[in-house]
Amino acid sequence: MDRARISVPATAQPGEVIELRAMVQHPMETGFRVDSIGRRIPRDIVTAFACLYNGEVVFEAAFFPAVAANPFLTFHTVATETGTLEFRWTHQDGETLSEFAEITVA
Amino acid sequence: MINRRTFIQATAGLATVSLVPAQSMATPGAVQTSLDALFDGRPLQAGRVTLSLPPIAENGNSVSLEVDVDSPMTAEDHVRRIAIFAERNPLPDVARFTLGPRAGRARVATRVRLSDTQTILAVAEMNDGRLFTGTAETVVTLAACIIL
Repeated sequence: MDRARISVPATAQPGEVIELRAMVQHPMETGFRVDSIGRRIPRDIVTAFACLYNGEVVFEAAFFPAVAANPFLTFHTVATETGTLEFRWTHQDGETLSEFAEITVA
Repeated sequence: MINRRTFIQATAGLATVSLVPAQSMATPGAVQTSLDALFDGRPLQAGRVTLSLPPIAENGNSVSLEVDVDSPMTAEDHVRRIAIFAERNPLPDVARFTLGPRAGRARVATRVRLSDTQTILAVAEMNDGRLFTGTAETVVTLAACIIL
């Protein structure tokens, strides 16, 4: 989990529903596969995602091994005020990665 | 004495068994267990949830999925949670989303893995506790999990 890409509109009208997109680079190893000599490859997945608008959680997701590699999400939020959107991913080991975007609401 | 007929009868069973690897799919009850744990056995009602998947997925490792719930998403009437289940995956749970009035629109898209041709189930929980469901069927030509 080292690189993330997010898409947030730079500006929005107050009350407008905006589309947000988030993707994090991760293999999402399911734990169900075996390697070439039959050993089970241990599970290694990103388990949680959260989007915070000026510190308040507006959307959350929980991922299971059935989420494809490089977990990708499209979701929405209401543009309420100018501020910062934080996109935060949490790995099964507790490690987190955050990306930030500024939005101007006027 | 082993003749052709008895040999085929004896081995036919073996062949079918060995083709299905252990733990390759969840039991039908596994979805129910997850549902009960999440929504404490409340009744499900079909409708209001539109689940979109391609009718044919060439690669089960990455299948686009979109769930859209018909809801005004106001403080009084909104979707609280959405859960996605794939009954024939080794683990039926796929993803869960937590929304609220600040989500504005109850529509989420992602990409999932499918280990077999199957019916996917989406359950949306409203803020009043009612549960609505939507399903979509996808034919998977190259399944996830078996690709090394």
